[in-house]
Amino acid sequence: MSGLTIFFVIYAYVAILFFIAGFLYRIWKYASTPAPLKIPQTPAPVAAPGVARRMVAEVTLFKSLFNGNKIIWLFGYVFHLGLLVALLKHYRFAFDYSPSWLVYLTTFELYAGLIMLGGLMMLFLLRLVVDRTNFITVMTDYILLVLLIGIAGTGLLLKHFYRTDVTSVKEFVLGLVSFNPQEMPADAFFIIHITLVFLLLIYFPFSKLMHSGGIFFSPTRNQVDNARDKRLVTPWAAAPESIQIASNMTQEEG
Amino acid sequence: MAETAAEQEEVLTDLEIVTGAKEPKPKIGDVKAPELTGSIKVPKIQPGAAAGYKPYPAAPEYMEGMDFPTTLVDNWEKEAVNKLGELLKKYKSLQDYMDICVRCGSCTDKCQFFLGSKDPKNMPVARADLLRKVYKKYFTTEGKLLGKIAGAERFDLELLGEWFSYFHQCSQCRRCSVFCPYGIDTAEISMAAREIMDHIGVGQKYVNSIIIKLHEIGNNLGMNPKALKATLESTEEDIEEEDGVPVKLPVDQVGADILMVTPSADFFASPHVESLIGYAKVFHQAGISWTFSSTASEAGNFGMFIGNYSHMQRAASRIRKAIEEIRPKRLIVGECGHAWRIAYSFWNTLIGPLDQSLGLDPKYPRPQHICEFTLDLVKRGAIKLDKSANDEFVPTFHDSCNVARGSRMGDSPGGQFDIPRELIKASCNRYVDMEQETIMEKTFCCGGGGGLLTDEILDVRLQGAMPRMQAYQNIKDSHGANFFALICAICKAQFTKVFPKYGMPMIEVGGVHQLVGRAIELGAKE
Ligand code: SF4
Ligand code: SF4
Ligand code: SF4
Repeated sequence: MSGLTIFFVIYAYVAILFFIAGFLYRIWKYASTPAPLKIPQTPAPVAAPGVARRMVAEVTLFKSLFNGNKIIWLFGYVFHLGLLVALLKHYRFAFDYSPSWLVYLTTFELYAGLIMLGGLMMLFLLRLVVDRTNFITVMTDYILLVLLIGIAGTGLLLKHFYRTDVTSVKEFVLGLVSFNPQEMPADAFFIIHITLVFLLLIYFPFSKLMHSGGIFFSPTRNQVDNARDKRLVTPWAAAPESIQIASNMTQEEG
Repeated sequence: MAETAAEQEEVLTDLEIVTGAKEPKPKIGDVKAPELTGSIKVPKIQPGAAAGYKPYPAAPEYMEGMDFPTTLVDNWEKEAVNKLGELLKKYKSLQDYMDICVRCGSCTDKCQFFLGSKDPKNMPVARADLLRKVYKKYFTTEGKLLGKIAGAERFDLELLGEWFSYFHQCSQCRRCSVFCPYGIDTAEISMAAREIMDHIGVGQKYVNSIIIKLHEIGNNLGMNPKALKATLESTEEDIEEEDGVPVKLPVDQVGADILMVTPSADFFASPHVESLIGYAKVFHQAGISWTFSSTASEAGNFGMFIGNYSHMQRAASRIRKAIEEIRPKRLIVGECGHAWRIAYSFWNTLIGPLDQSLGLDPKYPRPQHICEFTLDLVKRGAIKLDKSANDEFVPTFHDSCNVARGSRMGDSPGGQFDIPRELIKASCNRYVDMEQETIMEKTFCCGGGGGLLTDEILDVRLQGAMPRMQAYQNIKDSHGANFFALICAICKAQFTKVFPKYGMPMIEVGGVHQLVGRAIELGAKE
């Protein structure tokens, strides 16, 4: 096995480990922190199925973002859609068998890749030109966009313009997945592509990309509006002794 | 010259620098309202435009009375970070929202304080970032490793000064949350920031002094039971003089069916008292026994504004005590925005369970909003309203943000929008709504909520009121609206102050139950 392969195999495993452990740790943190008060942003669903529908509308349609800003919504949405298609089609690198719908999806993979790239670039542009967005942007926002643009760009080049040897890529990835590392194709774009991907995976749990999991724990969106019917009590917020305070208070007659 | 300036700076304590305590406050008369054009435009940003607006800091007595340090503690940076760490463990909202904002920008033009002041730090995400910087610096690997590149910053005096400015230019109205892809609620963040400030000795005078009055005397106005009884008696006399009907305003009637809890401003402030008269007429005409309580002579609870759970709980515990004393079957809350949010969303948690164990009848919502109660009577024909009594009015309704986005009325989502409107329509022949983008869940705040209702920051209040005033101007011009109906004590106080500044007649500000009170047919029922 070449030094290059050894390096990338280790790099890949480290990145994946970071990603999984970090992601789970952060999710555990959100899940285990109590929400002591009912703070759904109303009007909110009055029962659990409604909350599920509300979440689904947010996750699949970015509903609130749509209401908030159509331009950001458009670019953000096409980027995420392109990303979804891209992720799905990567499935076939990791597994031998691909379901037929996935194969069908491959038909628009070029367009998906292009709108993903376009969306990312427009998001970058918005950060530069809209004064409000520019004001709130920090360097890591640009860095993340550059990373994603790099990943999408090299991915597109690999697949559609510069046609890497898919079979050897697949062997390498399958090798990783089955813990039986194979020689990695020494293809410049492929190397850049996976370098960036693993960098992103490492950075993921430390970054704002945690919105992908954190959205489900947002109390303003995941709470049922039933405060009058069902008493919410969390351990630290029970504190009955403070109720005594008023009872022991002397009435001031003036 | 340079020397005197330097000398002066040396004299200032850190606390004075942070709170701008020694800087001259604008004279109320000099404060000008922004120009009204009838439309709400997103301004170009003007960094620093609102940096100088700061409320009065709480004097030592107002800190001591709250069990907070009386002045900025020496190791404040460490204490602040510790407190933040504690809050992160206690509030899922805070922990989640610190992490997941992607700075997409959707909320940037949604806050009335940004629209009014043009200061970019009044954009919700930028406001939240003032706390997020600190979070990143002390609590995240990203911030520790990358520092400023990741937006992490040390908590220094300058940043603390910005906190004192901008976390007191947020009315905790939750408008930003509506448009955020993750529902990030900047109100939660500004509550946390105020809680942290209080714990290092940097408090706000207005809110703290009111909470102390509430704890000690029982209401925000500091009105003792005797004074309360006296003012209610004189209001009874006024009603009888005006309408010739002996409508009562009972206090502390043990065993009354209904305990009525209302913001203390209703007892005598104008136009609040008109709504109080409205409630009394409704109860009178419905023939239900009811009472106020001198123990719970305040529905408001400023503990929420400073994000302090125990003060909020302690204030709310007066309501529980009143229930135990009066033993009512039903619990009804008067017109007040944040009070209704706390009553509806928090009381059950804070002082509950509000159920049979306290003698409350499970048939009715506990607590119930006065608008829910009255509309139900109207629908059942238990009271009659003569709409023509309000024919001089073309009312429009301002959805108070705490009601609109933090609570509900009725059984289905959005009842908080429909019920007050239905009630107005039942009391008046005409009704118009302001632009869709400015009402219901997208309602703009009055500009005075969340503990900002204090005159030294009248600039902030005027700027914050601007979008609402534009929308009202618009509906006046297009539909001749001339009555601005409210269900919030703070809204009422705020608008009576800002209306004249915007060249609008103060008299147009009023309560929903003011309209009900005028329309209700008193006397024997058929
Ligand atoms: S809308 Fe939400 S995610 Fe976007 S910048 Fe504002 S707070 Fe952050
Ligand atoms: S809660 Fe309201 S006042 Fe505060 S930042 Fe959000 S929109 Fe502005
Ligand atoms: S005063 Fe009224 S409009 Fe303003 S924050 Fe409170 S409820 Fe909202």
